[in-house]
Amino acid sequence: MAEIVLEHVVKRYPDGALAVDDFNLDIADGEFIILVGPSGCGKSTTLNMVAGLEDITAGKLIIDGQVVNDKAPKDRDIAMVFQSYALYPHMTVRENMGFPLRLAGMDKQTIRQKVDEAAELLELTQHLDRKPANLSGGQRQRVAMGRAIVRQPKAFLMDEPLSNLDAKLRVQMRTQISRIQKSLGTTTLYVTHDQTEAMTLGDRVVVMRAGVVQQVGTPAHLYAHPSNLFVAGFIGSPSMNFLPGQLKGGGTVVTALGEAQLPDRSRRALDGASGDREVIVGIRPEHFEDASVVGDKPGATFDAPIDIVEAMGSDVYAYFTVKGEGASSAELDELAKDTGNDLHGTGLSITARLDAASGVRRNSTAKLWYDTAKLHLFDASTGKNLLEAN
Amino acid sequence: MTATPTPAAAESADLQIEEETTAIARKRHNEAKAAERKLGLLLVSPAVVIMLAVTAYPVLYAIWLSLNKADLRRPNDNHFIWFSNYVTVLSSPIWWTAFGVTALITVVSAAFELALGMILAIIMHRTIVGRGLVRTSALVPYAIVTVVAAFSWRFAWTQDLGWLAPKGSAPLTSFWPSIGIIILAEIWKTIPFMALLLMAGLALVPEDLLKAASMDGASAWKRFWMVTVPLIKPAILVALLFRTLDAFRIFDNIFILTSGSNNTSSVSMVTYSNLIRGLNLGIGSAMSVLIFITTGIIAFAFIKLFGAAAPGADPGGRR
Repeated sequence: MAEIVLEHVVKRYPDGALAVDDFNLDIADGEFIILVGPSGCGKSTTLNMVAGLEDITAGKLIIDGQVVNDKAPKDRDIAMVFQSYALYPHMTVRENMGFPLRLAGMDKQTIRQKVDEAAELLELTQHLDRKPANLSGGQRQRVAMGRAIVRQPKAFLMDEPLSNLDAKLRVQMRTQISRIQKSLGTTTLYVTHDQTEAMTLGDRVVVMRAGVVQQVGTPAHLYAHPSNLFVAGFIGSPSMNFLPGQLKGGGTVVTALGEAQLPDRSRRALDGASGDREVIVGIRPEHFEDASVVGDKPGATFDAPIDIVEAMGSDVYAYFTVKGEGASSAELDELAKDTGNDLHGTGLSITARLDAASGVRRNSTAKLWYDTAKLHLFDASTGKNLLEAN
Repeated sequence: MTATPTPAAAESADLQIEEETTAIARKRHNEAKAAERKLGLLLVSPAVVIMLAVTAYPVLYAIWLSLNKADLRRPNDNHFIWFSNYVTVLSSPIWWTAFGVTALITVVSAAFELALGMILAIIMHRTIVGRGLVRTSALVPYAIVTVVAAFSWRFAWTQDLGWLAPKGSAPLTSFWPSIGIIILAEIWKTIPFMALLLMAGLALVPEDLLKAASMDGASAWKRFWMVTVPLIKPAILVALLFRTLDAFRIFDNIFILTSGSNNTSSVSMVTYSNLIRGLNLGIGSAMSVLIFITTGIIAFAFIKLFGAAAPGADPGGRR
């Protein structure tokens, strides 16, 4: 177990491409850190640099107080779980899991005992004599985990370990990984592009975009206080709604949903920014509500022409379109591209998550309320969250 | 079909019609199948005829000749003598010397070719800069006609003239230096072939496995022996099998370099001497058949003992 520190780490490829730029992170002993971001954001490169599979162009990587930039992977005492599992096809499950121990020169009796223990933990005991080709995807994934945990390394690195599993198994393995990590207390660095995994697994989440760290924080913090448009749009499912708007003096904001008065707290955060300015307003789906359900909580109301209603049981998703152009920014475009959702229809599509008691019906107009205290205001040009003092 | 009085009768009539329909459909299906098979046979028949003419006939004729006394110097004395030719060959020291020389050349050259071919394959596989140039230049020896290459080797080792022959010595006039030079020429010529086959195997090893092995604590040497080699075993065995069979039939290099002098004849050389130079078709054919049987045994042993996958067979299927 160890703490891992990355100091101004840079990765530049020989062709000049900058994959990771000035990465700084202190990972405490036993912490579960998630690196998340769209494909090509540099998260896997960062992981490979920690592993030693890629050279570090500049900066320092410190494991347990020792600079290990020039150490070979085998001398770093770190275990890695690969997306492809990377099981040795010519070895049985037992041999696969015992391979790191065999390389470490342990005697057969110890190896046997350690593999048995790990197999028990991962419920692999009856598969120990099979070859990887005869295992299911979930079993292979567990063998890969087993190979990492048998040697009790200083840290686990996991490169999208669940993305080859089907949805149901993924949820199952997610909780299992979390449980194993908690019981072993091993420092873990986990790469994923799935924001749900990021939110549910990590002690802290690092959101990356184009090689640059956007924000580091606990899942709840990132959710409630995203530092910019990118983080706001990436974290949360369904994602935050963005509307272009104008911020007027006196703390009112005008969007396609009408005019809304900002609460005092937001006004104070904006202090000093006087005069009218262009902003992008972010509202999470759950901060909408059916006006008839809300009562008289402070907020703003508007009439929404509901297109589609999805009743999920616990709550209701309502989709509607308002007039006007969508908010545009490089960050939002990149997010849209990553999710494959780069269709530009006419008007502005909004998702609202309403109480199950709501009586909204499709193809009818409903009076909706939104919580002005939960509004996020982003600078239209820089994408910075104006309400979060950095 | 006339109207039937009872529902049960109607049902049985229906059933009968159904059975008849099925029978007709089945018959048509079978006819179509038979026609297809016939067409298939017709389509392959020209190839079969040619194969029979150019391979089966010579093989069978060679076997027949090997059972006859057939000496072109005494054409009137031809007659069937059962296995006498085989007895003559197998009790001759010339045959066994040649057999030993051939086996020596085969084992030594195949071993060196495997080791050096593997190194070349890894170099070709790992090169990033100038990959095309490296691969092309590595293949040059394989592209040169063996006889031409053999002539330049002979020249290089010629006394007082060749650039490789030590001053005042004639390496191609004594046994061990000759064997060494023959093996050298063989190795030089076929390393690229070996390297190509092995490189195809290397390309099939997933990069993630090697990364995983280095994370697990394996040095480069251990990664090679514990991960790469087991995974490319099918490719290694196929390459080795091809080369062993090829090397066992070595002829052109020896023919040019020593012409078989100083006991450097291979079995193919001895066969050639008897069959073409000596005009003894019976003895020569018996030797040909013996070479044929030996290569058959080698191939069989490889496949049985090491489980070499046939070329094109899925290596994943045997895991």
